[in-house]
Amino acid sequence: MISYIIRRLFAAVLLLLVVSMITFAIFYLVPRIAGAGPETLAARYVGRTASADTVHRMAQNLGFYDPIYVQYWNWLKDIFTGADYNLGTSIEHCARPCLGYSFIDNTPVWPDLVDRAPVTFSLAIGAAFLWVIFGVSIGVLSALRRGSVFDRAAMTVALAGVSLPIFFTGLIALAFVSYKLGIGAAGGSYTPFTQNPAEWAYDLLLPWITLAFLFSAQYARLTRAGMLETMGEDYIRTARAKGLKERRVVVKHGLRGALTPIITIFGLDIGLLLGGAILTEKTFSLNGLGKYVIDAIDKQDLPKILGATLLATFFIVLANLVVDLLYAVVDPRVRTR
Amino acid sequence: MTTSDIEDTPPTDTPGPVRHASRTPDRVSENLLVVEDLVKHFPIKGGLLQRTTGAVQAVDGVNFEVRRGETFSIVGESGCGKSTTARLITRLLEPTGGKVTFEGHDITHLSDAKMRPMRRDIQMIFQDPFSSLNPRHTVGKIVGAPYKLQGVTPEGGRKKAVQDLLETVGLSPEHYNRYPHEFSGGQRQRIGIARTLALKPKLIVADEPVSALDVSIQAQVVNLLEDLQEELDLTYVMIAHDLSVVRHVSDRVAVMYLGKIVEIGDRDDLYDRPRHPYTVAMLSAVPVADTKRRHQRERIRLEGDVPSPINPPPACRFHTRCWKAQDLCRTEEPPLLQIGTAPHSEHKVACHFPVDPPASPVG
Amino acid sequence: MTAAFMDTPASSYLEVEDLQVHFSTEDGVVKSVDGLSFHVDRGQTLGIVGESGSGKSVTSMAVMGLHTASNASITGSIKLDGQELVGASRETIRLLRGKKMSMIFQDPLSSMHPLYTVGNQIVEAYRIHNDVSKKAARSHAIDMLDRVGIPEPAKRIDAYPHQFSGGMRQRAMIAMSLSCDPDLLIADEPTTALDVTVQAQILDLIRDLQKEFNSAVVIITHDLGVVAELADDIMVMYAGRAAEYGSAEKLFNAPEHPYTWGLLGSMPRFDQAPTDRLMPIKGTPPSLIQVPSGCAFNPRCDYQPRVGPACLDQRPDLVDNSSDHFVACHIPPAERQQIWAQEISPRLS
Ligand SMILES: Nc1ncnc2c1ncn2[C@@H]1O[C@H](COP(=O)(O)OP(=O)(O)OP(=O)(O)O)[C@@H](O)[C@H]1O
Ligand SMILES: Nc1ncnc2c1ncn2[C@@H]1O[C@H](COP(=O)(O)OP(=O)(O)O)[C@@H](O)[C@H]1O
Ligand code: SF4
Ligand code: SF4
Ligand SMILES: [Mg+2]
Ligand SMILES: [Mg+2]
Repeated sequence: MISYIIRRLFAAVLLLLVVSMITFAIFYLVPRIAGAGPETLAARYVGRTASADTVHRMAQNLGFYDPIYVQYWNWLKDIFTGADYNLGTSIEHCARPCLGYSFIDNTPVWPDLVDRAPVTFSLAIGAAFLWVIFGVSIGVLSALRRGSVFDRAAMTVALAGVSLPIFFTGLIALAFVSYKLGIGAAGGSYTPFTQNPAEWAYDLLLPWITLAFLFSAQYARLTRAGMLETMGEDYIRTARAKGLKERRVVVKHGLRGALTPIITIFGLDIGLLLGGAILTEKTFSLNGLGKYVIDAIDKQDLPKILGATLLATFFIVLANLVVDLLYAVVDPRVRTR
Repeated sequence: MTTSDIEDTPPTDTPGPVRHASRTPDRVSENLLVVEDLVKHFPIKGGLLQRTTGAVQAVDGVNFEVRRGETFSIVGESGCGKSTTARLITRLLEPTGGKVTFEGHDITHLSDAKMRPMRRDIQMIFQDPFSSLNPRHTVGKIVGAPYKLQGVTPEGGRKKAVQDLLETVGLSPEHYNRYPHEFSGGQRQRIGIARTLALKPKLIVADEPVSALDVSIQAQVVNLLEDLQEELDLTYVMIAHDLSVVRHVSDRVAVMYLGKIVEIGDRDDLYDRPRHPYTVAMLSAVPVADTKRRHQRERIRLEGDVPSPINPPPACRFHTRCWKAQDLCRTEEPPLLQIGTAPHSEHKVACHFPVDPPASPVG
Repeated sequence: MTAAFMDTPASSYLEVEDLQVHFSTEDGVVKSVDGLSFHVDRGQTLGIVGESGSGKSVTSMAVMGLHTASNASITGSIKLDGQELVGASRETIRLLRGKKMSMIFQDPLSSMHPLYTVGNQIVEAYRIHNDVSKKAARSHAIDMLDRVGIPEPAKRIDAYPHQFSGGMRQRAMIAMSLSCDPDLLIADEPTTALDVTVQAQILDLIRDLQKEFNSAVVIITHDLGVVAELADDIMVMYAGRAAEYGSAEKLFNAPEHPYTWGLLGSMPRFDQAPTDRLMPIKGTPPSLIQVPSGCAFNPRCDYQPRVGPACLDQRPDLVDNSSDHFVACHIPPAERQQIWAQEISPRLS
């Protein structure tokens, strides 16, 4: 078991390293291959209006004349040690963890990310809570009443849920729940949980519902399929043959068996969302990590995009690790061999 | 000490129905396949760096030879290495050690390319008639596949040859364009057999060819295999766990336990005069379809299950379950030695304290 | 020895009368069990033999009330200790399951929940019908494991099924199904997945436990050897119906149905000198959606021409041949006995 954990940890670190290389390559190597010289690259950092001299100094400063592996190494090192950027007029310090420095806004990226993260986290965790409860229970009920009116209705809605784009469902939710019923904030506002939990929930209600609707649909389908499979297993027959009550057969034996794949998907979904729910944040004008990326893309602020991307991949790798460890908890066949 | 059902069987010198009367004795003595010290260990990975930490000793030093025209069977409990042996002989697996000689050629480490012509002569039948046929191919395509693989065009064309084969195995030539799912288990096994016959092999290795079939269908396939052997001069290596079927089809039998042969000999030697404690116990455990004997039969009950082939017991691997085990068995491995009293006896046993043969006169 | 079902038809522990289990599917109605009657008494063992698809498992599941699919229709009568189960409420049958009747299955690995310990599963079975503390149930579970011959039960109780060998799993299954002292035990192919030496252990165990608990046992198998070891009475099934039903002695020593003859001729006999050839039954078992009219066995039967058209359009009833031996065949009893004695029996030995 311990060797399993260590092995997983090791694999996660390795994965992070590989992912950081790929991310780095996308931002630094690909433009190079596409023909952009160090100065063109540097120009993107300091803005189009800068003088040729500034650009040249910047390219030197950022190490764009170095071989690519040296650049990668410096970039990686900066994350752990911090870095100083000589802008000619001043020297700006980017404290560790230095995920980059925006030359457009003249701010390091990391504090921005730390600022935005609570919004995204609140959004993801609240929505996850809703979709697990609704998705899984609808899935279980559908599986148990396979072919019934409930099942068919639920699955039709679910199919719509997975195929409709989020800004569409979001707009409907906005129109219906907020404007018609007057519940929930129309978006754009966010109150930290620590400040006022009720306000926090009220502000996030609509984005939660929108996001949870999409995921509930997917989880209902997944749970239904999983339940249909496990309920056909021989061990379910055994559980019934013992004289167990049907509800216990379903929950203790059936659902438990169907849970493993759901946990896997759940981990990955959460990991993905923690890095920023781009569409939902945009639809509801929430200042989370996703919105941060979108704004950065608008302004072509490369360091911001790179920093946010790296953080997002970190969450995905972390979620992967947690899923792997949970697996061992949930399934004794992984734990004891 | 031996079981009464063994004593009940008439000694072999009573003239029973003669099997394979057409087989000439001189052909029987020629070795088609020789297996020497065959070893296959599957590495187990584990620990932090997924290093090899041990091995499943699936086959661990197996010796036997198969004679032209005979049926040689390997029996034993699940996991003892029967299928692995079969796959080593047919070179579907690469041996860890030892030597396989077919018609005098060493085929142990032949490359795939060099092995290809050999594959015409050595064919394999698998256990599961459902998964061993490609569901998307027609019967004609499945049975004709070996021609294509080997680049052979049989006389009269491929289609004609396939239809002849279908007839040989008791299917109708009209089945040529049908798909496997349209057939029952027994018929699918016939399709599998037709495929192996396409290139007129000399040796057929059959891994549990009838275990997935119903009793009545099983008998049809057993008879078919026997008829084909007579007609086409085939040699069989048969893998099975059903001791009654093995007794019915075999000329010689080897008993495996945890990767080793513990007893080998003529069918009648082995079934009527078993000497290894494991063979004796296994034979006594076979349920017999005869209510009169049920209270007379003396049973040897083995305790427990077969140990893991990852850490097999030292010395004699059977000592953990053997009722005759003594200290020597735990320290020294018994070699497979000739035991019969007759001068040319081929009955061999790997045991320090073999069971006494039954008192009835030995033919 | 006389067969139990003729002596005490009124007081048998399990009495099944004219049982029919049909499934409606897209392809048509599957008549898996179509008019089956049998009895088992306490202390008695009934063996049900037949090839795969003949309706053995469907029968046992019907007795246990485990056909929950909405496309299943069950008619006839199943009386357990005098209580009618066909048409009884689900709750009524649930309370009988595990307590009065229990079942063990063919594949002990897939039949146990992979994510719970063996002990947990036995404790659960015991506590459904016994209001005891977890601790008491656990010590009962250890007792049961000990009883079925698991070494060091106190240590092994917390193992997961995948950590047990095939034989140990089947023992654990037996411990689980016997934990509430049921009076009826149904074993559906309990040894098919096991090796011979382990099979012998399990068959011994079932026999010993039956003596100890004086329970009624139904053992279902396709292996005539297994029923010969255990059963007092034997029912041979073909296409959802009984072809022949009688005491084990009768079935093995004077069988009267051509299908039973076919089964005996298909099996290599272990207790006799090897024969030259097996005598298979020709053809394959019928689809249960389109069972041949008349006698379901007629397309495969060598004796059908002797009888003539009756076999093709008249379904033979299962009738007593006047010596407590029931056979469903149009050949007159005397002629059947003659065919067995003069044509079949000599070829088998
Ligand atoms: N690819 C493999 N990797 C690791 N172990 C293997 C592999 N193939 C087989 N084994 C192990 O080798 C041993 C022998 O396996 P083999 O399939 O030869 O058994 P068998 O005698 O044919 O049994 P059965 O009667 O169940 O078919 C078993 O313990 C099996 O688990
Ligand atoms: N739920 C079901 N729906 C439709 N057909 C079924 C169902 N369960 C069993 N059957 C059919 O009933 C027949 C008898 O099955 P079964 O009793 O399992 O056979 P066996 O004698 O091998 O135990 C088979 O043809 C099987 O396909
Ligand atoms: S060598 Fe010893 S332990 Fe092995 S089979 Fe013979 S008597 Fe038994
Ligand atoms: S009724 Fe006719 S077809 Fe059926 S078993 Fe008897 S003789 Fe054969
Ligand atoms: Mg095998
Ligand atoms: Mg069955």
